[in-house]
Amino acid sequence: MALSLTDKRLRAALLAAPLVVFVAVTFLAPLALMLVRSVYEPAVADSIPATLNALAEWDGRELPDEEAFRIAGMEFVALNAERRLGSVATRVNRLQSGMRSTMLGTARALGNDPPAGSWRDAMIAADEDWAEVSTWLAIGRAGERITPRHYLNALDLDRGAVGEIVAQPEDRRIYVSLLVRTFGISAAITLISLMLAYPVAWLLAHAPPSRAGVLLLLVLVPFWTSLLVRTTSWIVLLQNQGVINDLLVVIGILAEEQRLAMIYNMTGTIIAMVHVLLPFMILPLYSIMRTIPPRHMQAAASLGASFWQSFRRVYWPQSLPGVAAGSLLVFIMSIGFYITPALVGGRTGQLISSMIAYHMEQSLNWGLAAALGAILLLLVVLLYLIYNRLVGIDRMRLG
Amino acid sequence: MSIATDTQIEFINISKSYDGKTMVLPNLNMSVRRGEFLTLLGPSGSGKTTCLMMLAGFETPTSGEIRVNGESVHNLPPQKRDMGMVFQNYALFPHMTVGQNLSFPLEVRGTAPDERARRVQRALEIVRLEDYGDRRPGQLSGGQQQRVAIARALVFEPGVVLMDEPLGALDRRLREQLQLEIRSIQRELGVTMVYVTHDQQEAMTLSDRIAVFNHGEIQQVAAPETLYEEPAREFVARFVGDNNLLRGTVRSVDGEVCKVQVGEGLVEAFMVEPLEVGDQTVLAIRPERVVLSPSMEYSNTVTASVDDMVFQGDHWRVSVTTFNQPEFVVKIPNFIGQGGILPGDRVRVGWTVIDCRALPDESR
Repeated sequence: MALSLTDKRLRAALLAAPLVVFVAVTFLAPLALMLVRSVYEPAVADSIPATLNALAEWDGRELPDEEAFRIAGMEFVALNAERRLGSVATRVNRLQSGMRSTMLGTARALGNDPPAGSWRDAMIAADEDWAEVSTWLAIGRAGERITPRHYLNALDLDRGAVGEIVAQPEDRRIYVSLLVRTFGISAAITLISLMLAYPVAWLLAHAPPSRAGVLLLLVLVPFWTSLLVRTTSWIVLLQNQGVINDLLVVIGILAEEQRLAMIYNMTGTIIAMVHVLLPFMILPLYSIMRTIPPRHMQAAASLGASFWQSFRRVYWPQSLPGVAAGSLLVFIMSIGFYITPALVGGRTGQLISSMIAYHMEQSLNWGLAAALGAILLLLVVLLYLIYNRLVGIDRMRLG
Repeated sequence: MSIATDTQIEFINISKSYDGKTMVLPNLNMSVRRGEFLTLLGPSGSGKTTCLMMLAGFETPTSGEIRVNGESVHNLPPQKRDMGMVFQNYALFPHMTVGQNLSFPLEVRGTAPDERARRVQRALEIVRLEDYGDRRPGQLSGGQQQRVAIARALVFEPGVVLMDEPLGALDRRLREQLQLEIRSIQRELGVTMVYVTHDQQEAMTLSDRIAVFNHGEIQQVAAPETLYEEPAREFVARFVGDNNLLRGTVRSVDGEVCKVQVGEGLVEAFMVEPLEVGDQTVLAIRPERVVLSPSMEYSNTVTASVDDMVFQGDHWRVSVTTFNQPEFVVKIPNFIGQGGILPGDRVRVGWTVIDCRALPDESR
């Protein structure tokens, strides 16, 4: 039975359809939503439309007029009565700290005792912050539906009084240095993995098949073991009263008070992550090295090259596609790694992922989490492109 | 110890075992003359490649000594042995161009760049690939790749060039063409070559001398025509060219000639080594030396029945039953023609004493 080309295409499309749908629903859609969320935040705008409308006319230099005060005050009181002011106040609070209590307190005071005269006087009486221009600017900015503020925030930037971009005060700059540290730690992990994996992969690729099978199993068993189990085992091994420190003290290399801090810091993160990611380096290297004929090293030797000359000129260049594949894989995986640094990283061993998780789960600032994620995604894509330019992704093989 | 001036390589009491139990080579003695083309010929597993690998330095003899120019090479690693090697699957470096492949052995020796370029160009000319220096091996055909591999083994002017079944992966036509090229390159440069193959035709074409290997032992070392005309052992008679083999018992001996009883008949044969009455022997008779309807001067004539006839281009291959044994082959040159014979006919076949060699029976 011969299928026409269209039939074949149709069949191929149908066979791939379930996966395409799955990827679209579970991966592409959330990704798109995340990107949207990083720039689009309608909650405040939808909650206090009248206030924002009144502020739209305002020049932002002096305090708004009595009318704006009255509209804002009434809207706050009404929202508070519906118990919806809290979420608005939280969002404004992210732009200017203290705003949550200011807004909620004022709304409570005005709700209990509606002002007979000037709303302006009554609000300033309830909280002095209302006499500050910056308070009203914060409310205005929180009301922007499409906003760059999450990205600015993620890059340790802020907007000044007239909307110009300024650096955050020094004590609030955390994300850029965390990002730099994430890339640095990931690079270190990649390099260490490569140095550990290369000789092992060589051994695997050129051992007699029976022995190679056993060795490969030794690589794969940890690979199949749960990530949590492996990470927690490192805690047992590395902690202050752990196996390694005990051993060093017993042997007499370290005195009791010299126990090494190998966990809950950057060292812990690096050690545990290298272990977790090592198979991702070994396997691509192994699959490439298996395709390099052992005869090549013999040929190089017969042509007069020493072992190092043969390795450097003949073997290493041919193993580069594996080095490239393994390094890219390990580097990209480390950049987004979460569980291991969260468990063994302590304060200095945290990566950007833990900050994203914090904003997702603790502070509920999903917009900022989305912006951090998007920046990470962008940097990885950028890196991939540079890398492709340097190494050539078509030369890279995963297996 | 004095060395004959023309001996370049010596294998002295070499034995090799990979697992400590089975001997791949029990006890090998062999020498290679300077400037000669020596082929190690034998079926797979006969130890010929092991022999070459030990010479190249990739394997170590279990005992014995290999000497090159009178000096033991036991402690020399492959890169210090000054031997160019050509492998069956070329082993060209795929990430380098042809020119870079050829330049590699010169670079690791620290040859000056202009000298390097000159030698690379010369080597490419020798294998007639002048215009291919910038190609990558993957862009070349199998035959071209093997020519590059040969050029790479020659470019640094090594004392010996070793070739391990270099034409094994090529089709027959290309193989024959390259055989002639390798032969003329070797004659032109006068370089010593040690060549491994299982193809006796190839060995014939190329070699000054051929060493025939079987079960790790050298059966005979001789020039191709000697090997063909005067096989010393049953294995050589069987492996090199076609032979009719008849088993029998020596009945009488007269000088170098003996009479051998084969089945019911008596055959006169030339003794390769002295035999005594009662000895078992194998008679080797080349199919092309057997004639139909022999004249009186043929000392051996027997009656045979024709089983089959096949036209092979340059000859007719007639298989007959004689001495109650089938598959006795007679080759009739095509210019004689089949002579009106048909399968089932009874014919007379004959051969001379000198074309019937009595070899020691190795079947038991």
